[in-house]
Amino acid sequence: MSDTNFVRTEMLPPVAPPVSQRGLVRWLRENLFSGPLNTILSLLAVAALYYLIKASLPWWLNGVWTASSLRECRDIVAANAGPDATGACWAVIRERWHQFLFGFYLPELWWRPMLCFALLFVALAPVLYSDSRRNVALLIGVVTALLALCLLLLDTVVLHLVVSVGVMLALLAVAWTAPRKLLWVTLLYPFFAVWLLWGGSVWGPITTLLGVGVMAIAYRLVAPSLGVVMGSSIGFVAACLWWLFAQGPLLAAVAPALPFDLQPVTSDKFGGFLLAFVIGVSSISISLPLGILLALGRRSDMLLIKTLSVGFIEFVRGVPLITMLFTASLLLQYFLPPRTNFDLILRVVILVTLFSAAYNAEVVRGGLAALPRGQYEAADALGLDYWQAQRLIIMPQALKISIPGIVSTFIGLFKDTTLVSFVGLNDPLKGITQIVRADINWKGIYWEPYIFVGAIFFLACFGMSRYSMYLEQKLKTDHR
Amino acid sequence: MAKTAIDRSKMQVSDEIAIQITGMNKWYGSFHVLRDINMTVNKGERIVICGPSGSGKSTLIRCINRLEEHQQGQIIVDGTELTSDLKNIDKVRSEVGMVFQHFNLFPHLTILENCTLAPIWVRKTPKAEAEETAMHFLRKVKIPEQAHKYPGQLSGGQQQRVAIARSLCMKPRIMLFDEPTSALDPEMIKEVLDTMISLAEEGMTMLCVTHEMGFAQAVANRVIFMDQGQIVEQNEPREFFNNPQSDRTKLFLSQILGH
Repeated sequence: MSDTNFVRTEMLPPVAPPVSQRGLVRWLRENLFSGPLNTILSLLAVAALYYLIKASLPWWLNGVWTASSLRECRDIVAANAGPDATGACWAVIRERWHQFLFGFYLPELWWRPMLCFALLFVALAPVLYSDSRRNVALLIGVVTALLALCLLLLDTVVLHLVVSVGVMLALLAVAWTAPRKLLWVTLLYPFFAVWLLWGGSVWGPITTLLGVGVMAIAYRLVAPSLGVVMGSSIGFVAACLWWLFAQGPLLAAVAPALPFDLQPVTSDKFGGFLLAFVIGVSSISISLPLGILLALGRRSDMLLIKTLSVGFIEFVRGVPLITMLFTASLLLQYFLPPRTNFDLILRVVILVTLFSAAYNAEVVRGGLAALPRGQYEAADALGLDYWQAQRLIIMPQALKISIPGIVSTFIGLFKDTTLVSFVGLNDPLKGITQIVRADINWKGIYWEPYIFVGAIFFLACFGMSRYSMYLEQKLKTDHR
Repeated sequence: MAKTAIDRSKMQVSDEIAIQITGMNKWYGSFHVLRDINMTVNKGERIVICGPSGSGKSTLIRCINRLEEHQQGQIIVDGTELTSDLKNIDKVRSEVGMVFQHFNLFPHLTILENCTLAPIWVRKTPKAEAEETAMHFLRKVKIPEQAHKYPGQLSGGQQQRVAIARSLCMKPRIMLFDEPTSALDPEMIKEVLDTMISLAEEGMTMLCVTHEMGFAQAVANRVIFMDQGQIVEQNEPREFFNNPQSDRTKLFLSQILGH
């Protein structure tokens, strides 16, 4: 028999790995003690953690929750833990939490931003969990319960409490019976939210909404003969004409006839996390579609569109956000007609939106570039037109690839809302904290407000990050 | 390739013209990829296009559904001339099916969704009807049980058969195959070729860029040999393989059939 001849008569069954390659022992060996250097580093890390905790633990444990000033806090800490002990003074949060959350929004109107915040989750739910009725209903149910609890604790007027919880329960019922109908809530939410937060006549948002109707009608009329792009442009122009010229007179005519008003609140009353969320949520939700359009524009074959997109993206990315905010608060006034009352928050929202749209555009462009050419060709070969191919084939894949980048942009944007303190708005980090620390009772307080604000920011951003990981997992269909 | 009995009863070439290409030239920048292509394809023809890599064969069939733009000459597909008019292009594309070397299935959609997408959005077929058609063609390519999986879960041969079914769901009059078996393991080539043969047996007009000479001999009614962007020789398969005329063809055949 020659050496090159070999015939296997029996196939080998799989066997479990040896003991040293399994379980905790293997994990420790591989991850912490894989060599002398790693062993030293592991021990140093443990030591560093030990000293950090040892130094800060008393401060956390001696925390004081009930006091009316920083001096009182220190006295209580000294009485409880000895004269040299340190202790956190959380009493400042207990006393001033409402400023961190609502700014100077009137206490009797707090139910409005709270309902608005609860409805935000209702509006988001069908988008976040498009295929799970259970998750949608669960989310809305939990939010409703929390809202009811908070409103009760805040001694809200019974009427407002009943209305708010009633609305939420009705939507919960909708979520359970016809989850797809909730998308209407998503579409109408921005108009309702603006009305709820700023108050005024209910006809304001309704007539604004009619402008959207005008846009839709114009699109329906024009698009079949002139195409999607012309249809959208003409629709947009028609809507702008409506908002500029028709809405005002109509509002003046209808509003007094059928008065249904909420007490108006001006923008300077907004502050704290209310402000951060108003700017963050509206900028996030507008900047993504805008970013997608810019990314498509940048990859377009049409020279004008491409040049405009590239110019916009490069300009906006090349300018610091603070410059844009100063533009919003100061320069924009020069370009607008005199006596135009153009709300500062709205101006800031617009510029923050444009700012993050440019970043989103680049992130989405990365996703588009990562798609193999074959996907475009297959879509073309099947006879799909440009917008169909984008919507059905290209974007679902490109956005999936871009999720980490998009969420990073969103998180960055949300944290950047604190920069509005530079144009005199009361953001939670600098604006409100400064106001609190200027109080004679709390003068000298340092860590506690920042930790509180930081913790809330962390929760919001960590939530976004976890959701994006869930989404990536859910959309993972390549199984490779 | 194992010879299977091929039913030739429906494999008939009609007098009707499916594709007419006259004086077509194409350049990539200054590189002249396709030079003076003249070619008529009748309904029911099964044409195999072969040639060395870089000879322009893929580019030629990609011009037929305008994945590539030609700069000179005329291409008329099923009575519609391909110009820059988008309406004509979309019309031609919905009549002409294409199968790619790398399948190009949509990885974010299930097999069934891959097959129903174009009928629903381009042909405006109701969803239920589109799904029925899709299942019909998936049965035909012998993978109905995979309908609810994603492309990434299928083998290469299965993916390519899905790609064929996806094209067929648009009920095309002409099918283009761009090296459909070149990216497949040898074991999977046969299942794809069998699918293509059964398609030919039903009288489909087919243009196929391939190096599967067994397939060409069994199915094609005409073999076109291309080199340096031009048609060098064309003939019916028996003559083409047994009695090649040009030296270039002889060299090519000796190289691919040599071992």
